[in-house]
Amino acid sequence: MNNPTPAPPEPYAPEAAFEHTIARDQRIEPRDWMPDAYRATLVRQIAQHAHSEIIGMQPEGEWITRAPSLRRKAILFAKVQDEAGHGLYLYSAAETLGADRTELTERLIDGGQKYSSIFNYPTRTFADVGVIGWFVDGAAICNQVPLCRTSYGPYGRAMVRVCKEESFHQRQGYELLLTMMRGTDDQRAMVQEAVDRWWWPSLMMFGPPDDDSPNSARSMAWRIKRHSNDQLRQRFVDMTVPQTEKLGVTLPDPDLRWNEERGHHDFSAPDWDELKRVVSGDGPCNAERIARRRAAHEEGAWVRRAAAAHAAKRTARQREGAAA
Amino acid sequence: MTVTAGSAAALALGDDALVLSHRLGEWAGKAPVLEEEVALANIALDLLGQARVLLSMAGDEDELAYLREERAFRNLQLVEQPNGDFAHTIARQLYFSTYQRLLYAELAARDGEFAPLAAKAVKEVAYHQDHAEQWTLRLGDGTAESRQRMRRACEALWRYTGEMFQPVEGVDVNWSDLETSWLESVSAVLRRATLDVPEGPRSGAWTAGAGRQGLHTEPFGRMLAEMQHLHRSHPGASW
Repeated sequence: MNNPTPAPPEPYAPEAAFEHTIARDQRIEPRDWMPDAYRATLVRQIAQHAHSEIIGMQPEGEWITRAPSLRRKAILFAKVQDEAGHGLYLYSAAETLGADRTELTERLIDGGQKYSSIFNYPTRTFADVGVIGWFVDGAAICNQVPLCRTSYGPYGRAMVRVCKEESFHQRQGYELLLTMMRGTDDQRAMVQEAVDRWWWPSLMMFGPPDDDSPNSARSMAWRIKRHSNDQLRQRFVDMTVPQTEKLGVTLPDPDLRWNEERGHHDFSAPDWDELKRVVSGDGPCNAERIARRRAAHEEGAWVRRAAAAHAAKRTARQREGAAA
Repeated sequence: MTVTAGSAAALALGDDALVLSHRLGEWAGKAPVLEEEVALANIALDLLGQARVLLSMAGDEDELAYLREERAFRNLQLVEQPNGDFAHTIARQLYFSTYQRLLYAELAARDGEFAPLAAKAVKEVAYHQDHAEQWTLRLGDGTAESRQRMRRACEALWRYTGEMFQPVEGVDVNWSDLETSWLESVSAVLRRATLDVPEGPRSGAWTAGAGRQGLHTEPFGRMLAEMQHLHRSHPGASW
């Protein structure tokens, strides 16, 4: 019997398939072929996003034990718990790209990977907790809502869950500030002072200006990012200004005003040198944040070893049981 | 404030939950693995929810939490003990969550004023107890180091466990049956974890029933100072 000669395989062009998926605005999934640089960029971005959730637990966690009412304490607990959960989703998303959570954690504590610049600023009063909810979660939402449609499937799906929870926290932060503004003079002064300190660092959360953002163009071409840093920053300012008025506080920018022609607010640029310093490790709390993360990791090593040893013993016992 | 037997009982049980929740809050950002950040915060949040219901039965929750001095708190000395290492925290959780599960199961089965709270809380504390039990097994039957740490923690906290069964006025349960069940349950977990049941006394002459009478250990004062300072710094402010 003659074996028919198998037909030659279809010429498979993974690069074309990848480009085609991106161009049709569809999702890349873990088993799909992807350019090495796309994979590396995503691992970097998702890991840094995860690290930000984890380091971001610290400035607010500072106030759990001092929260001035039981209701606020419960809200803070729930928020810090959600942040740990967001970190978990995001590390899982990074692992679909072949990264390893343990290694990523080590990269974080040895300074090899970054986290959001904002968490290097200290929380000095309880009003900071509200302002972090309002500004920092607000900025995170501006960044993350478009990421729900990012080209990498697991990242986009993680963002859908994260965004739902973040918007809840943002409203709670704002509501804390509203309550404080209806309170004593001291409380109102506390809110204004916190707004003054967090405004510029919050604008910096969107990253450097577009003409100084080396990774942006490629990330946008790959539809990892959907909008530029400056576009998102503008969106944040436009969203925040009316909330400021409703709250009864001012923003520390004398040049901030509505521009009828553009249909947007004009505002001053933050101090980009400060952003560079903070990102390169020289911010007010960088050393403390990393030291705290490192200490938790190192002091927890014996617990992780115990869990692994116990799991191994159980598996061995089950095997013996099965063999007997 | 006149304290009825019912509100004294609500204070005792509420203070237990409030103080332990606070201690667990001190772990935020320091847990050995991320999953434990979630778990410890989750347990703390459940306890805080219980505390708020119970304190509200006795008065204004914030006034009671933030404006009482150390001598007026009615919590067990066990729950105010500092976190120590992870094994200490787990031993404290094992002892207390087993007690709470047994107590709330009893209260949920009766008609008293605590029945509605207990019916909800018993589901939460069953999870707390399972969490503590799983970690007791991992640490006790893990590495030589974890076993030693877990053994030390169980021994160090043992002398605070007798106080849990001092009858609380207004809580209608059979305390000595509760104690028997508690000992059986905890001993079984410790044995499965290859740990010995500590041999020392479960309460000393100095500590018996003390927390319930407002006599606390030294670390508690510092804990309260931190917990209350902001609230006390702004009298009359609402948050």
